[in-house]
Amino acid sequence: MVTQIATAIGVMVAGVFACALYYWLSDKTLQLVFPVPDDNVRTASRNLNRRAVVRPWLFLGPALLLLVVYLVYPVVATFILSFYDRSGTNFVGLSNYAWAVQDAQFRQSIFNNILWLAVVPAACTFFGLVIAVLTDRIWWGNIAKSLVFMPMAISFVGASVIWKFIYEYRGGTETQIGLLNSIVTWLGGNPQVWISLPLWNNFFLMIILIWIQTGFAMVILSAALRGIPEETIEAAVIDGANGWQIFWKIMVPQIWGTIAVVWTTITILVLKVFDIVLTMTNGQWNTMVLANLMFDWMFRGGGDSGRSAVIALIIMAAVTPIMVWNIRQANRETGGH
Amino acid sequence: MAAVTLKDIRKAYGQVKVLHGIDLDIAQGEFVVFVGPSGCGKSTLLRMISGLESITGGEMSIDGQLVNDVPPSRRGIAMVFQSYALYPHYTVYDNMAFGMRIAKENKDEIDRRVRSAANILQLTPYLDRLPKALSGGQRQRVAIGRAICRNPKVFLFDEPLSNLDAALRVATRIEIAKLKEAMPDTTMIYVTHDQVEAMTLADRIVVLSAGHIEQVGPPLELYERPKNLFVARFIGSPAMNIIPATVSETGESTTVSLKGGKSVRVPVPTAASEKGKTTSFGVRPEDLTIATGEDYLFEGTISIVEALGEVTLLYVEGLAENEPIIAKIPGILDIRKGQTMRFSADPKKLHLFDAEGKTYRI
Repeated sequence: MVTQIATAIGVMVAGVFACALYYWLSDKTLQLVFPVPDDNVRTASRNLNRRAVVRPWLFLGPALLLLVVYLVYPVVATFILSFYDRSGTNFVGLSNYAWAVQDAQFRQSIFNNILWLAVVPAACTFFGLVIAVLTDRIWWGNIAKSLVFMPMAISFVGASVIWKFIYEYRGGTETQIGLLNSIVTWLGGNPQVWISLPLWNNFFLMIILIWIQTGFAMVILSAALRGIPEETIEAAVIDGANGWQIFWKIMVPQIWGTIAVVWTTITILVLKVFDIVLTMTNGQWNTMVLANLMFDWMFRGGGDSGRSAVIALIIMAAVTPIMVWNIRQANRETGGH
Repeated sequence: MAAVTLKDIRKAYGQVKVLHGIDLDIAQGEFVVFVGPSGCGKSTLLRMISGLESITGGEMSIDGQLVNDVPPSRRGIAMVFQSYALYPHYTVYDNMAFGMRIAKENKDEIDRRVRSAANILQLTPYLDRLPKALSGGQRQRVAIGRAICRNPKVFLFDEPLSNLDAALRVATRIEIAKLKEAMPDTTMIYVTHDQVEAMTLADRIVVLSAGHIEQVGPPLELYERPKNLFVARFIGSPAMNIIPATVSETGESTTVSLKGGKSVRVPVPTAASEKGKTTSFGVRPEDLTIATGEDYLFEGTISIVEALGEVTLLYVEGLAENEPIIAKIPGILDIRKGQTMRFSADPKKLHLFDAEGKTYRI
């Protein structure tokens, strides 16, 4: 234990030191390669300019290298794999793509992903916005906000385990220990196996992600709401607008950019949803989503790297445009005009 | 009939009292300016009239109707904010139309009123622009236009020129004066800390300090006959010179002895009981002249000469305890630092305040 901690600290210190050393050494090398003589102004200014051109590449070099190895290379490799068979040795052309279009489970996954996309970002943004507005008006607003934000600190798997207890079903005459079923039986209803109810079970899984992500939406939107000039709201009050009109016509349009960023950020997250489905249902009872399907074909049972690669590429194709738009929008929000 | 009546208006935030009972009648069509130092409560008072701030105590009526609990939109007021407070996502046209759309006015009427306001304020070419595409002066004109569209009985201005640069401030000030002239029946209440705005725009000025009204009156009355030391020092720039003095003779006119033994006769009456009391003797920098003969008010050493071209400011040491006496002499003068000079003033322009700072003048 003690040695582990010591090692960890040692690695951290050494890592930081190594980084600093790299920057220092690379800059020194740069100075040696492009010297700045005292007696020759022309050479000096030319070499200073050259240094300025080369230095960013030197400093960014290690990061760029890591990006290429761990990001660019896998994308290219996945793209190539998608044209090969299950073992990854025989070229099969587009047949993996053809398979995907016809596969029932793949279609089911696409359908479920669309369902997630339609519900989760909208619900998180909506609840986040409502909570941000309401908590601004009460004295215990900050306490409420911390409570809403707290699920953000729980991992998806942990959150799923918590919600498993809420959806828990006990067969026969056993006492229902699941929160939802105990409420249902207390109200006089019949206990249900919630996570196997067709179609509905998707929504029960979505609630978990909404529970986690609403805090994120709330924090960002709350900051944006604070940025709205108070006078514009007062001017609207004098103009006779009621609370509802002020919210929709004055406040929401002023934070529209932030709402879009929050919405798309959660959309990207939803496209990659994996842990919750894996932990709760493992894709059974028609709850399969693309990321889980990819995982199944790659590592479990399926054992087909080609098909898995096709699914991975489809997820990437769906995420990329939203990501690009999101980054642009976020830059516009933070970078001014 | 009074357009706005304030009767013992009070404001407190919890234990902190901000306004301590304001009584004021504002007539219809009057242009009233609230002035005072920062934190005197002038903006709070304006916001209470607008309804954005609740009234802790007292009665407020607008146009004869008690409005203590009437929401801002039903008070018949419109407000122009320091920061313009335009809706950034609406065009100039929509900014001005917003209130009428909320009130569900018919479209033609909205269009008519927006265009007429835009016409008055020369905003017609900008109707389709967003506020961010306008200059500061134009934005403030849009804010004024939005107020005009509400067709209010009372216009409220909360330091509307403070965010503009000096040149625009003068231009917009003149525009507001013209606007008032074009709407003689509309009451306007204007908050500022700039006494030039107050002096030039107001029919009456209300000087506030620490939550009280110090004096209410037309600009020149405040300048010529300040009721107390606070108003005397607040109105006018540079501020009135105050010199501690002792009453030596009372009666129809009063004689006081200044520090250094010089006696001055001030044509204000005092009761015999005032004899021997400490007073504040006041004279405005611009009322001082350079004395040539033996008949002078005081003598001192020049410590600073500020030549501004049109006037020269002389800082004279030796009379008041800590601060120099300032004399404002027209034109350019050949005066050096360290010179000893004598100054006199027209006796009618001298001021005398008692120990509590109240004027002796009746």
